[in-house]
Amino acid sequence: MANSNLLEIKDLKTSFLTERGLVTAVDGVSFSIKPGETLGVVGESGCGKSVTAASIMRLLNKDSTIYEGEIIYKGKNLLKLSEKEMREIRGNEISIIFQDAMTSLNPVYTIGDQIAESLMIHRKLNKRQAYEEAIEMLRMTGIPAPEKRVHEYPHELSGGMRQRAMIAMALSCRPSLLIADEPTTALDVTIQAQILDLINDLKEELNMSVMMITHDLGVVAEVCTRVVVMYLGQVIEETDVESLFDQPLHPYTKGLLECIPQLEDDRSKRLFTIKGIVPSLDNVPKGCRFAQRCPYVDEQCMSESPDLKEVSQGHKVRCWNYDKISS
Amino acid sequence: MEINTKGVEHIGSELKSEKFKLLFRRFLFNKLAVVGTVIVILLCLFSIVGPFMTKYGPLDIDPMNRLQPPSADHWFGTDNFGRDLFSRVVHGGRVSLVVGFSAALLTAIIGMIIGLYSSYYRILDHVLMRICDGLIAFPDILLAIAITAILGPNPFNVVIAITIVKVPAMARIVRSAALVVKEQTYIEALKAQGASSWRIIWVHMAPNTISPFLVQMTYVFALSIILEAGLSFLGAGVPAPNPSWGNILYDGKAVIFRAWWMTLFPSIFITLAVLGLNLLGDGLRDLLDPHTSKANKKLK
Repeated sequence: MANSNLLEIKDLKTSFLTERGLVTAVDGVSFSIKPGETLGVVGESGCGKSVTAASIMRLLNKDSTIYEGEIIYKGKNLLKLSEKEMREIRGNEISIIFQDAMTSLNPVYTIGDQIAESLMIHRKLNKRQAYEEAIEMLRMTGIPAPEKRVHEYPHELSGGMRQRAMIAMALSCRPSLLIADEPTTALDVTIQAQILDLINDLKEELNMSVMMITHDLGVVAEVCTRVVVMYLGQVIEETDVESLFDQPLHPYTKGLLECIPQLEDDRSKRLFTIKGIVPSLDNVPKGCRFAQRCPYVDEQCMSESPDLKEVSQGHKVRCWNYDKISS
Repeated sequence: MEINTKGVEHIGSELKSEKFKLLFRRFLFNKLAVVGTVIVILLCLFSIVGPFMTKYGPLDIDPMNRLQPPSADHWFGTDNFGRDLFSRVVHGGRVSLVVGFSAALLTAIIGMIIGLYSSYYRILDHVLMRICDGLIAFPDILLAIAITAILGPNPFNVVIAITIVKVPAMARIVRSAALVVKEQTYIEALKAQGASSWRIIWVHMAPNTISPFLVQMTYVFALSIILEAGLSFLGAGVPAPNPSWGNILYDGKAVIFRAWWMTLFPSIFITLAVLGLNLLGDGLRDLLDPHTSKANKKLK
């Protein structure tokens, strides 16, 4: 079955050389994405989800980053490719859209110029063809009057429009994998739903896979088929989206779900929070990384780190006591 | 489809000319910038047309008419060899402006390259910026004299000397602007789109550093004119008998109490050129950087 995966990450470890020594932001992450699938990667700020994405594209600073493990894309290990081979992949095979649509476009060029640019790099189109294609892409992302918008500068577009333009740019070369790094965080709620629908529609239309990075479980429920939950650089639970909401196994995942305020809740009650704060990456605790914040903690959790175990078909969890907790 | 794309291009060019008009109107709003621009243009015209306005060449010696005050025949008077001062000032202006502009252009190009590459590659940055620190540590005029002393005093070497003196500041300014640009998300997005380093540096980072770059270029132009005049005054610049504003001043120094005009006229032109360029530079800065814009201040 391994060959059917579009992207397979095996034991990825990404470390940064900093003034305080080596900091491991992503520690032994493994997961895979199948063709046509939308994988959600969930976790709070600093849990390593964006670093994982940047590692797939190898966007991190060469001088101060150390990658270990393997990232297999269509049979090739991306971590072993030369810089030139990697450029062929970026934008062409794998594309990424960022959280901050406001600053993701160069202010001195029109959006048409910027969409046309990657078409000219990868598909070797001439300027006129690239522009026509850019208009087509903008139309596909639902921007009205694209033949006019194509000549506008980023500052003339609203946030939602800019994110649409970014999506048009990312998808212009018809990539097989789109990494969406919190694509809706910077947008207001009504636009969020539109952008998610758009990504979903385009996924079907262009027959690609999506890796959706988010901290918003609502987004996960909306678009994802499978979910990876990350905590402090590790995958702690991996499952399909139904069982994530119906029977979460890891105490952290449960906590996340309980954090979502419900309309029918008693309003006078305080909102639920997971106690404590995320430990710093340069001082990772011994044993289970979630132990200090876990309500079910015991002796073993404090001393030994659990492995990611497959407990049922397609459902993996990294916890000693999942079977006691789930009931 | 053919008609459709033509329509598209038409809309595009219309929008662009609209934006250009807006920029031009904002420029006209800034009175000092307009004055500076007019001065610079007039000086350039003056040094182009001037030589045809007088029958005297800049090197024609007339011992009978030494140190004549300004008259209808010799508009600016004559110098200690009886040479027509108007002709000398005009020809000297050509030299000064060409040397100043060439130095500014060369400084801009080299400064841009050094600034952009040192902002992009960290190790290169350490090497280049330490060299720049070393060069900045020398006083401008001293370093320039040392360089022309080694290379020999002629206009071409003066350009090289000024460039070496002025490049470090230019490189620093471009670098600091480029460092800000480099951290923007769109540079990361470009990398993620598969753009090469060359493309990121020249197509995307360079245009975003253009406003401090242009402003600094006008200042370098003005400073080059002063530096060139200084070098020529000290005999390290344009060699006699060829005129330049600096060496006319030097000739005038010995006879300053008998022939005030020999000091006055080149001084006026140096002052005008530097004033005009500085006003132009200030105006460009206001125009290109909305944060310091005079128009904004007035609104507040």
